[in-house]
Amino acid sequence: MKKVFFVLVIMALGMVAFAGVEVGDAAPDFKLKNIDGKTVGLSDYKDAKGVIVVFTCNHCPYAVLYEDRIIALSKKMKGLGFPVVAINPNDASKYPDDSFDGMVKRAEEKGFNFPYLHDESQAIAKAYGASKTPHVFLLAKGKDNKFSVAYIGAIDNDTENVSADTRTNYVEDAVTAVSAGKSPDPSTTKAIGCTIKWKKD
Amino acid sequence: MMQKLFFGLAFMLVFALSAIAQKVEILTFEQLAARMNSPKQEVVVYNFWATWCKPCVEEMPAFEKLASDYRTKGVAVVFVSMDFKSKHAKVVEFAAQKELQNEVVLLNAPDYNAWIDKVSPEWSGAIPATLVVKKTGKVRKFHEGSFTYEELEKFVKPLLK
Repeated sequence: MKKVFFVLVIMALGMVAFAGVEVGDAAPDFKLKNIDGKTVGLSDYKDAKGVIVVFTCNHCPYAVLYEDRIIALSKKMKGLGFPVVAINPNDASKYPDDSFDGMVKRAEEKGFNFPYLHDESQAIAKAYGASKTPHVFLLAKGKDNKFSVAYIGAIDNDTENVSADTRTNYVEDAVTAVSAGKSPDPSTTKAIGCTIKWKKD
Repeated sequence: MMQKLFFGLAFMLVFALSAIAQKVEILTFEQLAARMNSPKQEVVVYNFWATWCKPCVEEMPAFEKLASDYRTKGVAVVFVSMDFKSKHAKVVEFAAQKELQNEVVLLNAPDYNAWIDKVSPEWSGAIPATLVVKKTGKVRKFHEGSFTYEELEKFVKPLLK
């Protein structure tokens, strides 16, 4: 009987890991290597009101289109207590641009003003249920000082960067809502992106 | 005489090339949805791709083969490009260069969140992605990610009965 229970627990854990998080769930913790060689994790953000986690990469044209907007977002949101943390989960064996060295190079070229972490094992992308790049998870700190997921989806609804005046800035709007103690609306959005390049099992 | 023959041949060559090349129609999501809701063929396979998406381009031959192997059974393939409307010429050129035998359309619907769920709630927005629609019974099957030919055949075949 104990064995059956144990197997069920393992199965349940497996399903949870596969499905990732939903809005309202506790934010999975991470400790990943940053481009400066240091380790960055959620525990480094004790003073933040929230964290904007962006799964992104170097090679994906739609991720590249968002680089400047992620830099602008980081600049604007850091002051509001919501720093940006970018995570690259791609298997670099198929896409050499997405290697750790490639990340260091790209961050230098573009002047990234946020940590750019390497999810080499892809465990964090799986824990969050990230499926593409770019893919944002806005984490909000609750009264218990723990992070939970407040918004999942796109940065805005203007991937091509046609007009800053007419677009809806989903992440900025979500941060505004969280700062005011409200739930973001919408709390999830979808956009076209590049499939995360998973390692073969 | 020689000159006339040359012009005649040149004219024929240009004509032949333009006959092969696709014009790549630009559709709104409403236009695509109308088509998906009343397919002309028995089973229509909509493959969502983009010229810049490597795994999409890699799996295209499998879709071309499926269409040619199952055409007599009523299977049609439509390649739905996610390239921006401003890249239309690039898509036309790509289709000609790869000599794609199946229809290519460009979906001009940049407000992605407004329609991705209507293709399938299972779709996160990552490409490649494929939707298979059956003419009768409104049966739909969706898959996010790449296909090999064998996987694609296995995915589509149950809808042919």
